[in-house]
Amino acid sequence: MIFLTRRATFSASHYYWNEAWTAEKNEQVFGRCANRNGHGHNYTLEVTVAGEPDPVTGFVVDLKWLKDVMEQEVMAAYDHRHLNLEVAEFAKTIPTTENIAIAIWNRMEPAVNGAGGARLSRVRVYETPEIFAEYRGEA
Amino acid sequence: MKAYFGRRYTLSASHRLHAETLSGEENRAVYGKCNNPHGHGHNYVVEVLVGGDVDADTGMVMNMVALDETVRGQVMERFDHTNLNLDPVFHNQVPTTENLCRAVFALLKDALPAGELEYVRVEETENNFFEYCRQ
Repeated sequence: MIFLTRRATFSASHYYWNEAWTAEKNEQVFGRCANRNGHGHNYTLEVTVAGEPDPVTGFVVDLKWLKDVMEQEVMAAYDHRHLNLEVAEFAKTIPTTENIAIAIWNRMEPAVNGAGGARLSRVRVYETPEIFAEYRGEA
Repeated sequence: MKAYFGRRYTLSASHRLHAETLSGEENRAVYGKCNNPHGHGHNYVVEVLVGGDVDADTGMVMNMVALDETVRGQVMERFDHTNLNLDPVFHNQVPTTENLCRAVFALLKDALPAGELEYVRVEETENNFFEYCRQ
């Protein structure tokens, strides 16, 4: 089994806010991330797929194809957007790095696993070089 | 829904690789310049990955402030700007980065909620790193 990872970057804004909580509690739990005017990051996304190299091409997947899938499924929706206000899955879900990793998995999985070759193995999202979240699916 | 949260920390420390059970010549042969008598230092990067269910209220696996506090208390205050050879955990073992990695894992595992610590990675330089994973 080979694990192949493609990296991409996107820039987006967000804030952390739980509507069920008071402003005071939101500020206590989320600190500066609770600022309702939002703030932004340069995110780095790593998508890892797992599979066997094709005997003819030597590819686990065609990297250009994987890049295109990431562009269509993720970048087109997230890049230079406000995640809370412009991305449907974060209308009611706080766009923490954990939830972004899960949402990207949900966007990528049908396209990757539906292609019939490699399986989606891991989605890792760096919010800064020092902070990241990872999702490996339900298994 | 289980997800993972990772964080990277930097600590600076010195060490000397020298095994008491080996002769001076053997130590020099095994450890090379890492055996130089007065030691040397690194800016280590400690990467910590914790896993758990994403909390429905906060959207978080673990509050980063709490993780930072644990790492600061257990690891940074103990090892940052110290000579690793003098720490009690290295009295009976050589402070290789493998052993530092294992020591950091043990310290954090006991301080974090059960089952949350997934791995500790310690990067000694940009080009070499070590990982110790949950068994």
